[in-house]
Amino acid sequence: MSNNSRRVIVYSVLIIVSFLCLFWFYALFINATRSNGDLTRGFSLIPGTALIDNWNNMLHCALPVMSSMKNSLLVALSSSILCSYFSIMTAYGIHAYCFPGRKIFYTLAVCFMMIPKQVTVLGFVDLVGRMHLRDSFIPLIIPEIAAPIVFYYMIKYMESTLPMSLVEAARIDGASELYIFNRVVLPLMRPAFAVQMIFKFVESWNNYFIPALILHDDSKKTMPIVISLLRSSNFANYDNGLIYMVIAFSILPSVIIYLFLSRLIISGITSGGVKG
Amino acid sequence: MKRNKWGLFFILPYTVTYLVFTALPIVIVLYRSFFTNYWKGLKEVGPFFSGFDNYVSLLSDSNLHMYLTNTAIMWIMGFLPQIILSVILAAWLSDHRLGLKGVQFFKTVIYFPNLIIAASFASLFFSFFANTGPVNTLLMDIGIIDEPYMFFSNTWSTRSLVAFMNCTMWFGNTTLLLLAGMLGIDPSLREAAEVDGANSKQVFTRIILPLIRPILLYVIITSLIGGIQMFDVPQILTKGTGNPGRTTMTILMYLNKHMYSKNYGISGALSVILFLITAMLSLIVFSVSFRQERR
Repeated sequence: MSNNSRRVIVYSVLIIVSFLCLFWFYALFINATRSNGDLTRGFSLIPGTALIDNWNNMLHCALPVMSSMKNSLLVALSSSILCSYFSIMTAYGIHAYCFPGRKIFYTLAVCFMMIPKQVTVLGFVDLVGRMHLRDSFIPLIIPEIAAPIVFYYMIKYMESTLPMSLVEAARIDGASELYIFNRVVLPLMRPAFAVQMIFKFVESWNNYFIPALILHDDSKKTMPIVISLLRSSNFANYDNGLIYMVIAFSILPSVIIYLFLSRLIISGITSGGVKG
Repeated sequence: MKRNKWGLFFILPYTVTYLVFTALPIVIVLYRSFFTNYWKGLKEVGPFFSGFDNYVSLLSDSNLHMYLTNTAIMWIMGFLPQIILSVILAAWLSDHRLGLKGVQFFKTVIYFPNLIIAASFASLFFSFFANTGPVNTLLMDIGIIDEPYMFFSNTWSTRSLVAFMNCTMWFGNTTLLLLAGMLGIDPSLREAAEVDGANSKQVFTRIILPLIRPILLYVIITSLIGGIQMFDVPQILTKGTGNPGRTTMTILMYLNKHMYSKNYGISGALSVILFLITAMLSLIVFSVSFRQERR
């Protein structure tokens, strides 16, 4: 098959796939601008006129939409930064040094990678209760320091791209180990940092199961919990325009953040750090 | 050597955090699984030691088997199309002979659904596929159906929606990871094969596929773990009921139900069973890839 006919097939598939990715969200944002009455009349691809009404209804509805947005941002940002930083630090500790127990640590970390958080959640919630950390964000942020999957990714990344010659050169120049980590290794790991930070941010942002078991106070709830309340009987207000508005609002910040970070992640992937 | 002490220093925060927030909860889960402890109305029963009673009552319960099957079916229905699509897309995007334009844009687009809160996405689909929702209205307007199709009253349409949503949310992520792996391959290997007259298909199966095996393994393992954790989408889509007839109730929704009713003993035993299943599945994946590597 010639490259030209292959190209036609490839482009057609890419267009269909793109359409399937975006269509739902386009329709969501359109629906968020339409009134309940308008929505019951049928499907439309043209924006309605009820955007401001829906927005005001959202601000004055029974759900803590605004505070949950703030809470979600706080939790997702701090946990993703902590996670990337400490995963690189741990991976570096294992990759660049030779000390007794190093192999065992690596093996254990990779084995424990398999344990989903959901499996330990009963004990985790129990522990959080005993530490009096319910309705606090600490149990959602601090545990991210130890993320085996991210650690595994980082160490694989180091094995393939981190030039130890640069570390050696810095040592000969008399730099301290901590300085080398923060000023030499960390910048070299920037693409991996960005990739895993985005993945972690999304994971944390998405997280519904564990926060729903820990956060009960209305002022502490995160976005997914509020979304889940959209269908609950307590919120028996079936204004569909409002429901679409809340859903659209819940995904808006991640869209904005993605527009900034996507350049970072994609350039990070394609430039691939050090060649070789 | 003195310098190597720094290695211990660097792994210290991870180790401490892991011991407190993962290892300790595992011990608590194990401990609780051997005690009878639940709430009957406002009265707490137990906790008193009951050996393997919780495990016996769970394993003799046909529900557990059913929910495991539901989870497995919905995971496979979502993962198979996802991994096939991702490998193909990554191969195309990394093929310089195709010289595709707009790759950057496409990568940004396919990763987009992954950013969406799963709860929001499910909530959105619940609205779209409702009996009076836009999808039914559209299908009736076009004339494909005469009356609304009740997506959430049919087992396979509900399962398909769950699988479709999972696939849509995760194939972009998988594609980016595989693509990063494919682009990381030394270009001279590819060029050498091409100079020797290999076509795109041969380059893909003989050069690229074997070299990205570690990343492929990573993708399969993480997706497997994700599949067992399947919760948000079916939970929101069916309001936690797993309807129709609990055929979309996943294993984690079952655990959530028990935890919500404060059945701590049963929850503990269920967690341990879940852990054993996860460990077994990961071991299979690992041993298969290990055998291939030695071959």
